Amino acid sequence: MLEAQDLTIGYGTTAIGSGLSLKVGTGGILCLLGPNGCGKTTLFRTLLGLLPPLSGSVLLGGTPITAQSRAEIARRIAYVPQAHAPPFPFEAIEVVLMGRTARLGAFGQPGRRDREIALSAMSRLGIADLATRDYSRLSGGQRQLVLIARALAQEAPLLVMDEPTASLDFGNQAQVLTQITTLARVAAEDGHGVILSTHDPDQTFALDAQVLLMKDGTTHATGRAQDVLTGETLSEVYGISVTVEKTASGRMVCLPSLGPQSTPTMTSEALTTA
Amino acid sequence: MGQGTTADVAPRRPVLTLTGGLALCLAGLAFVAVMIGPFGLTPGQTMMALLGQGDAQAEIVVWNIRLPRVGAALLVGAALAAAGASYQALFRNPLVSPDILGVSAGAGLGAVAGIFMSLPVAAIQISAFVGGMVAVGFVTLVASMIRNADRTLTLVLIGVVIGALAGAATSLLKVMADPYDQLPAITFWLLGSLAAITTEDILPALPLVAIGLVPLALLRWRINVLSLGDEEARALGIEVGRTRFLVIASATLITASVTALAGVVGWVGLVIPHIARMLVGPGFGRLLPVSVLIGAGYLLIVDTLARTIAQVEVPLGILTAVIGAPFFVWLLARGRRGWT
Repeated sequence: MLEAQDLTIGYGTTAIGSGLSLKVGTGGILCLLGPNGCGKTTLFRTLLGLLPPLSGSVLLGGTPITAQSRAEIARRIAYVPQAHAPPFPFEAIEVVLMGRTARLGAFGQPGRRDREIALSAMSRLGIADLATRDYSRLSGGQRQLVLIARALAQEAPLLVMDEPTASLDFGNQAQVLTQITTLARVAAEDGHGVILSTHDPDQTFALDAQVLLMKDGTTHATGRAQDVLTGETLSEVYGISVTVEKTASGRMVCLPSLGPQSTPTMTSEALTTA
Repeated sequence: MGQGTTADVAPRRPVLTLTGGLALCLAGLAFVAVMIGPFGLTPGQTMMALLGQGDAQAEIVVWNIRLPRVGAALLVGAALAAAGASYQALFRNPLVSPDILGVSAGAGLGAVAGIFMSLPVAAIQISAFVGGMVAVGFVTLVASMIRNADRTLTLVLIGVVIGALAGAATSLLKVMADPYDQLPAITFWLLGSLAAITTEDILPALPLVAIGLVPLALLRWRINVLSLGDEEARALGIEVGRTRFLVIASATLITASVTALAGVVGWVGLVIPHIARMLVGPGFGRLLPVSVLIGAGYLLIVDTLARTIAQVEVPLGILTAVIGAPFFVWLLARGRRGWT
């Protein structure tokens, strides 16, 4: 569905990352992991066709993404940005309806059917009651769910989420994460593909996803979560000592050691990129 | 399904009622404005004159003096409010007014140059219109040559630069102008007025405004999506550059047409969309017609005041500022709903 081959990504003449290849097919979930500044966002923008690759190619549905119109891309990839406040107080349902744009004509307006699709997307995430609320006054977690609902209303086979839990508090994070986990599983079963960038390695275990572990703009490791995410690789990538443990309930969790014994491995470089 | 129906119907019905109500109020206001003036008319006389059955004097007053003036006020108010609403959505900023890209500064320079060269009125109007269009065209051209990530910010900043340059050129012409003949005309024009308006002045502006309104009405949904920002609008399937260009071209055409007619009238395009947004929310499909109606009514009231409160005509720009500025402060103090 989406395939990137030997990408060099960056702005203008400045390369931020290189040698990046990935592939997401129907039913696949790919998690992008890596410290801040490793080029995740730039890679995302390139995969969405918002930024031309400096070299290499992004194939969407078999054709280069750069040769496709924005509407064609939007019918194939639905993008969930990090929650934000728009400058005007739109109703939540209006924000969700904006996901229908690529399905309307140039001068089209969303109609009754679009509204039904938007509302069912909201119901699916348990936020149908927010439909007529002012989006700009919702909590961060609610906004994030509205944006996910918008992506669902877009009805694209590929769902791309950029650190959907990054700016949320503990409770909202857990709530949104639960929704995403269920959604990604259901979406994958329906034959959708999902690309998710995250700061939380535990999440990739919960999703049993493919992982692309990035460091300094290159692929550090790639493969299934169980194989790739070991204490060793995580320690290398994040520059702190990490252990991966299995809880009594069988969940895999990644634990950075917070004790004083970890200080020697904490380099100033890791701090500046953190 | 019950929920679907409410969400579907609920926001529309009140908007239709509101729009209808506003249109009725506007018609009433226009009728009253036709009655008011140095040669006062009773409702009966006005009605008869409008139907072509009044006495000769009343008919001349209504058809040759009052109606062109009322029509011009409605047109200018509607146009500025529509352009303001569009620019605010496009630039994702509720504090933006139609002259953000230098259209007023350009039109001002065009008109002042026309007055300076002692051109006839029609030529001054054409010169103002061309000045406004050229200024914005220049802004978009320069902005497109600058390869910067933030297109919107680049546009606004270039708009400020070109506006300042046009302002400087205008000041230079003012210094050089004949202080007894040309300077008062320049000053009056730069403050905006409908004092000398005739039907012949309105007729060319009317189709231009209508032509500008069509793309704005057709693109109403996409304009909503544009207000999320370039990146997101593109990800949602919009060719942002093309759409933005069309909106800017339309809003500029509208603003330049009425500025050529009335001079520089500030504040209307800034304040009216706020009021409209408070009433019907930011959805552009509702915001545009409501802004147009309120803008038309507002400028009609202001212009009627301008020609009646004093012995001499008060420039429109002065009144819109005196009314608009405190109102704007009140809006800011009042808080979020409508503009945050």
